[in-house]
Amino acid sequence: MEKIPILRMGHFLLVTIQVDLYDQLAENLEADLMNMVSKTNAKGVLIDVSSVSIIDSFMGRILGNIATMSKIMDADTVVVGMQPAVAITLVELGLPLKGVYTALNVERGMQLLRSKILLEEEDQEEEYDDDGTDSPE
Amino acid sequence: MKNESIKVFQKKKQVILEKWITIQLQDQGLSDDLITNEDLRVQSEELLFSFIDNLTDSNIDNSESRDFENVIDILSSISISRAKQGYSPRETGNYVFSLKEALLSILSEEIKDPSILYTQSMAVNKLLDSFSISTFETFIKGREDVIFRQTDEITQISTPVIRVWDGILALPIIGTLDSSRTQVVMESLLQEIVDTGSSIAILDISGVPAVDSLVAQHLIKTVSATRLMGAECIISGIRPEIAQTVVHLGIDLSTIITKSTLASALKTAFIMLNLEVNKKQRVK
Amino acid sequence: MTTTAPIVLNRDSITVSRETDVVPFRSRVKEHAVKIGMSLLNQTKLITGASELVRNMLKYGNGGIVKIEIVSKGRDSGIRLIFEDKGPGIPDINKAMTDGFTTGKSMGLGLPGTRRLMNEFNIESQVGVGTTVTVIKWKNG
Repeated sequence: MEKIPILRMGHFLLVTIQVDLYDQLAENLEADLMNMVSKTNAKGVLIDVSSVSIIDSFMGRILGNIATMSKIMDADTVVVGMQPAVAITLVELGLPLKGVYTALNVERGMQLLRSKILLEEEDQEEEYDDDGTDSPE
Repeated sequence: MKNESIKVFQKKKQVILEKWITIQLQDQGLSDDLITNEDLRVQSEELLFSFIDNLTDSNIDNSESRDFENVIDILSSISISRAKQGYSPRETGNYVFSLKEALLSILSEEIKDPSILYTQSMAVNKLLDSFSISTFETFIKGREDVIFRQTDEITQISTPVIRVWDGILALPIIGTLDSSRTQVVMESLLQEIVDTGSSIAILDISGVPAVDSLVAQHLIKTVSATRLMGAECIISGIRPEIAQTVVHLGIDLSTIITKSTLASALKTAFIMLNLEVNKKQRVK
Repeated sequence: MTTTAPIVLNRDSITVSRETDVVPFRSRVKEHAVKIGMSLLNQTKLITGASELVRNMLKYGNGGIVKIEIVSKGRDSGIRLIFEDKGPGIPDINKAMTDGFTTGKSMGLGLPGTRRLMNEFNIESQVGVGTTVTVIKWKNG
């Protein structure tokens, strides 16, 4: 049974999809990924689709699932490296890809994730300040 | 009864060829620089022999007969290549008419019975006329090929993608935005995003005469595709009439950044990229 | 579909009965599309739409046969795919063709989206007999 490798990059996990996903493989990927997110306390998941030449509704559903599941575990998901022909086709097909961020490549994807985390931390700090428990710095 | 002309043609192949070539060269319409005499002879011989070899009692009345497929093929390729070389339709049409002249003149020399001559000539006449119509049809197809190619080129030229700054692309769209143009725009834009790593694309529509629901749909599609590539779109060049139309049509552009001028779009892009434009201070 | 039928230049067919047949099916379609020189964008649209239709056939039609043909009409050449299944059939085709992603809940049959990807699209279905979907993507479509 093939397994899609998941790489750890600091606080993030990187999945590079290079084969066509079918039912069983996709389910395994979702399960493995969630386990890794939990184990490593990852804050972000990057899915590299630069080698994927076809994204149909099945694949789109997987990406959406991963984003939703990760969010529940407090991690954001960024899909990176989408090929132009695939992007145009997806729009024509009408796939919404909700809750999925996108970036041009892994590097940009990580920048995006970092900025998202910073924003979340700032929001959380404001919340604590509003509680009135600490005096303003 | 149709045997007569067929027998005559088969017997007088060479004579007909010579006669035909003579008539062609005499034709005032034929330009010397378009084809050499040698090529003309080779072309004409191929066509004539194919015609005569395939002519039978059963197909002499039927120009659509499959037996003439080879003849039509040769005729079509001659016609297409002549169209591309710049022959006028008359010159190419005359190619077949001069053949007809040669065939009919040989018939009148060889067939003495007037009524047989008449029926044979009418049959040959009808057949050759049909062949000449096919040269006009293929001529037109050849011209259409040129038109299609030029249309493609115009489409390419009219959708340039300009790198206005590091990471910022601008697309001035001039003319109507139909679905095929949108495909071209999306393809060039997305490819440019990949090539330059740009993160902002400004679509300027001040050159688009009318924005209706369809055009709006095309714009929204382009914005969505750009976002899938991890870049953002700003639509600029929104004229007041467009803003009115959009609202009246109930089109939702709320998820898209829109600006009235390319300049303000550029300003916004700079802000989004954390860039600042400063005036140089005068050193005292 | 269209008034003049296109000329068939090549015929191929492939049986799809389980999910593992999807990938080889897509490769076969791609092979033919590449053979006629279809652009990458059109190839992507064709294969993505084909993928949708073949998954439908597996999920709702118990699998079936897909005919892959190279066709030509006038100056253009293209790929025609005919998906034939002997499944339960679609009771309300009009509804299936308007059932889009607007609700965001179920993906439905994805037919309207697939139709947008193709140049020609035709669907015939009889309850209890089966469904046949025919699509054409022209090389320059």
